[in-house]
Amino acid sequence: MKRIIPALLFGLCAFAAQADTYAITNAVVHTMGPEGVLKRATVIIEDGRITAVGADVNVPRGAEVLDAEGKVVTPGFMEASSYIGIVEVSGEPSANDSRAQSTRYTAAHSVADMINPRSTLIPVNRIEGITRVITRPGNGLSIFAGKSALISLGSIDNAVLDRETAMHVTLGQYGAHLAGGSRGAAIMQLREALEDARDFSRNRRAFENAERYDYSLSRPDLVALQPVLSGELPLAVEVDRAADIEAVLRIADEYRVRVIVLGGSEAWIVADKLARANVPVILNPFQNLPSSFEQIASTLKNAAALHAAGVTIAFTSGESHNARNIRQAAGNAVAHGLPWTAALEALTVNPAKIFGVQNYGRIAPGFDADVVVWDGDPLEVTTFADQVFIQGRKIPMESRQTKLRDRYLAKEERPQVYDKP
Amino acid sequence: MMFKKRHSLALLLPFALALAGCDAIQEQQPGDPETDDAFASTYQPMPSEPLLIVNATLLTGTGEKIENGQLLMRGGRIAAVGAKLDAPEGVRVFDARGRYVTPGIIDVHSHLGDYASPGVNAHSDGNEMTNPNTAEVWAEHSVWPQDPGFVTALAGGVTTLQVLPGSANLFGGRGVTLKNIPGRSVMEMKFPDAPYGLKMACGENPKRVYGSSGRSPGTRMGNVAGYREAWINAREYLSKMEKATSPDDMPKRDLELETLAGVLKGEILVHNHCYRADEMLVMLEIAREFDFKVGTFHHAVEAYKIADKLAETGTCAAMWADWWGFKMEAFDGIRENIPLVDAAGACAIVHSDSEVGIQRLNQEAAKAMAAANRVGMQITPEQAMRWLTLNAAKSLGIDEQTGSLEAGKMADVVIWSGNPFSVYSRAEKVFIDGALAWDSEDPRFQPKTDFELGIIEIGGQL
Repeated sequence: MKRIIPALLFGLCAFAAQADTYAITNAVVHTMGPEGVLKRATVIIEDGRITAVGADVNVPRGAEVLDAEGKVVTPGFMEASSYIGIVEVSGEPSANDSRAQSTRYTAAHSVADMINPRSTLIPVNRIEGITRVITRPGNGLSIFAGKSALISLGSIDNAVLDRETAMHVTLGQYGAHLAGGSRGAAIMQLREALEDARDFSRNRRAFENAERYDYSLSRPDLVALQPVLSGELPLAVEVDRAADIEAVLRIADEYRVRVIVLGGSEAWIVADKLARANVPVILNPFQNLPSSFEQIASTLKNAAALHAAGVTIAFTSGESHNARNIRQAAGNAVAHGLPWTAALEALTVNPAKIFGVQNYGRIAPGFDADVVVWDGDPLEVTTFADQVFIQGRKIPMESRQTKLRDRYLAKEERPQVYDKP
Repeated sequence: MMFKKRHSLALLLPFALALAGCDAIQEQQPGDPETDDAFASTYQPMPSEPLLIVNATLLTGTGEKIENGQLLMRGGRIAAVGAKLDAPEGVRVFDARGRYVTPGIIDVHSHLGDYASPGVNAHSDGNEMTNPNTAEVWAEHSVWPQDPGFVTALAGGVTTLQVLPGSANLFGGRGVTLKNIPGRSVMEMKFPDAPYGLKMACGENPKRVYGSSGRSPGTRMGNVAGYREAWINAREYLSKMEKATSPDDMPKRDLELETLAGVLKGEILVHNHCYRADEMLVMLEIAREFDFKVGTFHHAVEAYKIADKLAETGTCAAMWADWWGFKMEAFDGIRENIPLVDAAGACAIVHSDSEVGIQRLNQEAAKAMAAANRVGMQITPEQAMRWLTLNAAKSLGIDEQTGSLEAGKMADVVIWSGNPFSVYSRAEKVFIDGALAWDSEDPRFQPKTDFELGIIEIGGQL
């Protein structure tokens, strides 16, 4: 790739550079739309958006030109379930906000206002092509974890792009544990919460006058569940066992709520039912061991089988610090039967569809310019990103890790703590 | 020392009688019967027939690559490797066109069998979290050979693995090296004549586990005091044994001190869980103080900061490709850790510490290799293959027997469907001692543990 004057030397400058215009030329562009794959194509990025894509595109005057030299360009990838922005060091409670050990706020527990856009996890993951993540809360003491949000990994001032992307609830083995030791109790807690939230919406005045029965949740939790009941906000249910997934489908049908299955180790067994109910699955393609009794039928073919049955799938790496390894996970799904294009969809357009993300996931005019130039097949383990754009910003390709690397790559006589003059 | 043999004969006798007729036992050379013969390996290679692999790209594990090469396996051994071999008349030939052939992958850090799947409470057998020094426990006594993880690791090309105790304790206990063919007992899996390992742990884990219950160690300085105290005791034990002129002078047998003394005698290899550069250097200083060798640092997330020191002391570092940030001592992980250790001339190894990671150690090596090459290091696939094979064999003290495609070594061999450093390649055929142990195309060579029977079959039906 042509060397360009590093206009974005400092992190802060990077985020003031939104108005810049870029032209990526001579690229193999995976548009993820009806245009399919375009060869020798140019992508124009202006004011944060993609404004033109194609072989016969004029480069605007003043645009910074990147010759991709025939390399692959895709949309930035999306990790569909992470703790990025709310966890710095997982094992340190003081640097980990993922779980609230409180019963006062459960469904109302929201990640939106606690995202740290300066987290070290963000540069580490974005320079490897992850441009957006869903950040979800973990479970504290309740089966309700709370509300996830959509995060851009390329913005300090506007990192939270959607404050509410799903209501997260955990059933199955862990849900049973949280509910006192039985799946039945966990499901009853979910039903009761939905019943209470419905009653609350119908009898709000009576509730305010203390004329209703005691609800199982606090007032903020009941308020938080309203968009779930109205179908605006999907209920992301963490569940693995086939029988548990079937129970979720029954509840979804009964309460007319939209659900997303998160985990879904045994989802392939009930793939047809999931497809019929139009329920998407967010899975970790590495999951293949009978890690628990609810994951006995785990298989590397899960993604392929769900896709073949018509289920919309997206991926999670299961690891926030290494959300970047979602590409490797996708590649392994391909090695076990998932079509390559379907894997790319699971990293882009599918999570956009699942979480209702507008203008992301395709290389097409009008879409946000989350664009990555790769030095090879993006699903290959030996491939890395040459350049990442997020919402039109040319991202400095550095992180705390590259700085540590560069410090120890250089042989110095003084201790490494003294940087080179 | 004659008296020693006499001393322990009574202990040994019931074993010898019980297992009379077993060739493996009869052939044992009892050096120190108490420790050497109890729980000895009864591993027997599966039957095999000679096989000539032709038209393969061979990554030998020694850092070499042979294009369009040939490999002959016979009698469970690698008989010959080269561009063109004089194959015996009528030998079965496998045309490996488009495929790669490598030594079997060796994982120096596994807990398979000790933390078996499913991960129920009853299977939590990897950490004897009752005392900061449990050098007396042996990981092999927790190994459940029916762990389905052995088979999925085999599908990833793993032919040998070391099962270690966990890292809760300063001294976790003995590790054991296994051939990856599930047996009825751990003895049937033990790699013949492999030295034992001693698991030690630095840093956060021991001080958290014991400090949180008001016991020592509660700090890193407490950790170090704990190591030194134990080595002082071990020195004394060994010295008493060496000075003894009659059985009556011998110290009472102590399993904990016996293991530590084994390290001081150079018979047991130290495998030290340690993340931070500064702590690794402290551990090397303790080794200098008590005159033993740290064979391998495990995890070694900051090994790149002290790669020169590792090279100097001949200490291996067994590392992940990219795990970082899950705890404070893992905060400085970088993608180039493994190649930087290698480039300094130290012994670099890719390890898993994971029943998931062990299934694709080749991909982990690929990520590290590619990241290094992007910053101008020049790591070839044949060099990177050493991280998965010969260097790991050195760490386990079995590099004379396995770990490379060299004549005379055990025929622990993987035929990959393509370049093993591609995400799309898989271990197509895995040979252990020349016998086909896994075939991704043939269900007859896809073992299923007892646990998996009747629980779920392909198609999701009972």
